[in-house]
Order: sequence, then C-alpha cells, then structure tokens
Amino acid sequence: MAIEANGKTFETDEEGYLANLNEWEPAVATAMAEAEDCPLTDEHWDIINFLREYYEEYQIAPAVRVLTKAVGKKLGKDKGNSKYLYELFPYGPGKQACKYAGLPKPTGCV
Amino acid sequence: MADYEIPETHEFPVIPSIMEGAMAHSSPFVAGKEFQDDMGFPSPEEPGQLIDGWKEKFLELLQEKLGKYRSLQVFMDTCVKCGACTDKCHYFIGTADPKNMPVARQDLIRKIYRRYFTFAGKLFGKLGMPNFVGAAELTEEAVKEMYSYYHQCSECRRCAVFCPFGIDTAEVTMAARDILAMIGMGQKYSNQIIPKVHKIGNNLGLPEPALRDTLEGLEEEIEDDIGVKVRFPLDEKGADILLVTPSADFFAEPHVDGLMGYAKVFHAAGVSWTISSKASEAANFGLFIGNYESMRQISLRIRDAAKELGVKRIIFGECGHAWRVAYNHLNTLAGPWDFLDQNYPIPQHILEFTKDCLDRGILNIDKSENDHMTLTFHDSCNIARASRIGDTPGSQFTTPRQVIQAVCNNYYDMSAETIHDQTFCCGGGGGLLTDDLMELRIKGALPRMEALKNVIADNGVTHMAAICAICKSQFTKVLPYYGMTMDQIVSVHQLVSSAIILDGQGEEAEESNGAE
Repeated sequence: MAIEANGKTFETDEEGYLANLNEWEPAVATAMAEAEDCPLTDEHWDIINFLREYYEEYQIAPAVRVLTKAVGKKLGKDKGNSKYLYELFPYGPGKQACKYAGLPKPTGCV
Repeated sequence: MADYEIPETHEFPVIPSIMEGAMAHSSPFVAGKEFQDDMGFPSPEEPGQLIDGWKEKFLELLQEKLGKYRSLQVFMDTCVKCGACTDKCHYFIGTADPKNMPVARQDLIRKIYRRYFTFAGKLFGKLGMPNFVGAAELTEEAVKEMYSYYHQCSECRRCAVFCPFGIDTAEVTMAARDILAMIGMGQKYSNQIIPKVHKIGNNLGLPEPALRDTLEGLEEEIEDDIGVKVRFPLDEKGADILLVTPSADFFAEPHVDGLMGYAKVFHAAGVSWTISSKASEAANFGLFIGNYESMRQISLRIRDAAKELGVKRIIFGECGHAWRVAYNHLNTLAGPWDFLDQNYPIPQHILEFTKDCLDRGILNIDKSENDHMTLTFHDSCNIARASRIGDTPGSQFTTPRQVIQAVCNNYYDMSAETIHDQTFCCGGGGGLLTDDLMELRIKGALPRMEALKNVIADNGVTHMAAICAICKSQFTKVLPYYGMTMDQIVSVHQLVSSAIILDGQGEEAEESNGAE
C-alpha cells in the first residue's frame, strides 16, 4: 500500500501506517486525513505536533493520561479529556492520530 | 465509526438461522517476514504463500502435538456430533456462520487428523472418498480456511462447559494456530507484539523512560485530586511486592483508573511494592498463539525480574488470560518459586489482596462516592473458566463481586446464563483484539451486549465493570456500535479508587476552605 502526498509516494503497511517513519512530513498527515474524510484543523495539528514531540523524546506514543494532561495544560482544562480527543479523532486518538502523525501503531491490549 | 452490519439485540437470546459462509472473508493480517523472523518462525519466500514442504511439516507437527498433548488426541477422537456446543459460541450467535459452531471449528483440523492418522481415513482416502468417514485431504484451501476460522475463536472455552466430553475448542485452536505459524501463516497482531515483550518489556513497546514519565504523571494526578502523595514505584530493589500488570493499565482508559486503584490500596495497606520495567507486562500472548516455548520465555521474565528486585511476593493486576497463565501454569513454566514468601499465594491476584484488606477492615471506604453508578460485572472468560481468585471453588466469581459490593451500593448481575462459568466472551479475546477483525469483534460481542442491555432496561444499570485489559478495550470500542457509550465500561479497581479514603485525604482542601 502507499499514499500520495506533496507529489511523492509514501509506502504504508496493511493498516495504513507509514512504513518508514523517518519519511514523515506534514503533507502525509493531510493526505491520510483527507483519505479518511477527516480534514485537519489547527486543533488536530496541536495534537499531532504534541504526539511527534513526545515520540521524539520517548520513542512511543504518549499514554492517554499523559496526552490529556498536556492538552489540558495547553488548551484549557475543558479540553484535557479523552472526549475532546475522540471528537477530533473519532477512530481513537491513540490510533488515528498516531497514524497521521507518523508514529507506529500502539499495540497490545489497547 | 466504520459501517458494519450490527446484529440486533433481543429481550431473550435468539439462535440465528444459519448463513453459510457469512464470515468466510474474515481473516487477520498474516505476519510478514520481519515478524515471523522476530519470532524465529519460518516465512515463505513469497508473502501470502506457504513454506516449501508445508504439507509434510503440517502433518509432522500435528503428529508431534498428538503425542505431546494427550488432550488433543482425546479431543480429536471423542466428538460424537451431539450438537450441544452448536449454539454456545458468541461468534456463531453473532455471525450465524455455521463454521463458527465449535464442532465445525474443531472439524477443520479433525478431518485432517482422520484422513492421515486413522485407519478408516487412510483407507477411504486412498479410495478417493475421504469425506465418507469425515476425513479430508490437506490442501492449501483447507489451510486458508483454518487460518480464517481459527482466528474466529477467542479461546474462551464456553463451548467446553457444555460439551458432555469436555472437548476444549481453545486447545484445538491453539494447536492449529501454532501449526499454521510454523508453515508460514503466523498472525501479524500477536507476532508483532511478542518480540516487544522481550526487547522492551511489554506488549505496547513502552520503554522504561516513558513508563517512568507516565507513572510520575499519575502520582501528580492523584496528588492534585486528593492531596495525598501516592507512589508508583518503578524498579525499586527490596520492595516486598512485585506488581505485574497489563501494559494497557499504563496507557489506556479505563485501565489506568484501575491502576490508580491498586496504588491507593497498596498505599492504604502500607506495603512496599514496585513495578518492574523488565516485566512491565502481565499479558502472555504465547498462550494465544499456542506456542509453549513462547509462553515459557514470557513467563521467565517475571521470574528474572522478581529475583533481580528481590521481592517476596508477586501480585497480578486486572488481566484475564495473564491470570490463567499465572494461576495454572506459572510454576510449571517458570518455577520453582521457592525464593518467594511461602505464606502468601504464589502468585496472588490484586482482587485477592484488596478483598483481604477489606475483610480486615484496614481500608476506609465511602461507598456513596459510587452512588451515581449502578454496576454489573462481566466475568472474563479466562478467569471464570480456568482459575480461582482465592482458595475456594467459585471464588473467581465471588471475589470480584464482593469487592464491587464493598465499594458500591448499587449492583445487579446480568442474567444467569451469561455470567459465572457460562459467561460470554467480550468478543475480542484470544489474540483477536485487532482492528483488522473489527467486524468479527462487533458481531461476537452480541450476546454480552444483549445481556447488558437487558440489565440496563430491567435494573437501571449504568456501568459494567471488568477485570481484563482486553475486555475493557474491546467494550470501549464496541459499546458505541450497540447504542451505548465507551465510558460505560469501568475497571473494578477504578470503583475501589473512587470509594477509598486515604489518610490525609481532603485535609488540605478543608484547611483552605476554612481559611477562606
């Protein structure tokens, strides 16, 4: 599988996650989101950027409480909960947002 | 939410009319070369193919398993096609596919057994009419069918409760999956996860620094919430208790609320405990893929961690199949545990620990904190049908209910034929909790969703509590498809966490209120 973005072709795995995570660029997120009918707003980008920063430091997606806490601090307490995140990413912040952000899929019993 | 046909729920269970081939298309992603290699399993030259000499290998492995596991031999020989199991599988009830009847699932490999390992099968096979004696040729098509339908079994063992001979389809599924993996058809989901346990310490791939950061965050959260410093120790040598819990407890909701509950109970009990970054996972997917050596290696990490940290006791968190492996097999797989304190159960379940604290009256509980909820309890299959939580028969049913009722005022059971040893799988167990099987997961949840809806309608239940990471994740995903909300599934220790009052709790708030 593959996805087209910014005039380039990016290889993805069976589940649509970027095959080579180092290739990520913002256009990939936009293309993936468009393909799933989830146009990205600034609110989406806040999350995607945080995921990438966290991944850079810890090599894993943040746990849900780490994420909601960070969002709450930055965007206000009313947004620091998973309800807000699910409104933005209906397939689940852990999986959908990670995919757009070029992070590996969280695996296990989640 | 993606579009799937959601089965209808009814006031009373309905056995569906058969729909031949309804789920023949359902098949999880096959593990690619990288994942097979990581497991030390062979991979075919071309993806989607079988390895060279697959047929001989299949029969050789089946023979080996028949010799090694007496149970498998008995299960292959004993079925009399009485039909008692046919309507007991949640996947059959939810999909109406007759191959999801446990007997039909067993027969996928039983007919191969009959063809190559019984006199009648060999004879009629030579005559070109193996099906006359319930036998069949081992073809590539048969292998693909096995891959599909052995990944439509969650190894929940409900059918075995009703089989007059006690034939356990879970063991048949495990044997079949292991053989399939060895001829190049491993399952991606499980085979991607198991190597992470060894390389990083858990199924998630959560490295030690991230785990430490996450746990510190939880300490802050509790302190912000109740004004008490509750610790989440990591890799602390000399602690008395090693907590081994599913990594979903660190990562997901409502799991994490349960983890905070364990920490508060340990805090209130005044015991010293620690999590290990090396064994930061209770789950043992070696069970799901039917691979004994894999199961053993995963268990051995717990032993190594316990020795390195010098703990005296091991307690398991809320995880269904982990408790099955721990309760039934830990001693065989990774024993002897002679270096632990023999005065305590080895291993012990967190609910056993909490119940003991409740019984001794050392926890300060305010049940009214959970008054906004009316609870029911989902028995997890691996706990209900394979273990105890305590030292008396049936304690796996009574202990969780006693704990819930000790911390909640409002509790109702779901109907009797859907709980205790007759409990229905959540629909995502046994290595099927993967997005590529979402249709199966939604349909397989039908009997549990039906029972839940009925107890909601009849008794005003608002939330269902569970003690398994898979159940919790699965319900979070499937509840919305059945018109309920994802937050209606809760952890049992989440309820404990809400009701427990720790020393010093709220004092700061009262003081500041007084000052105002």
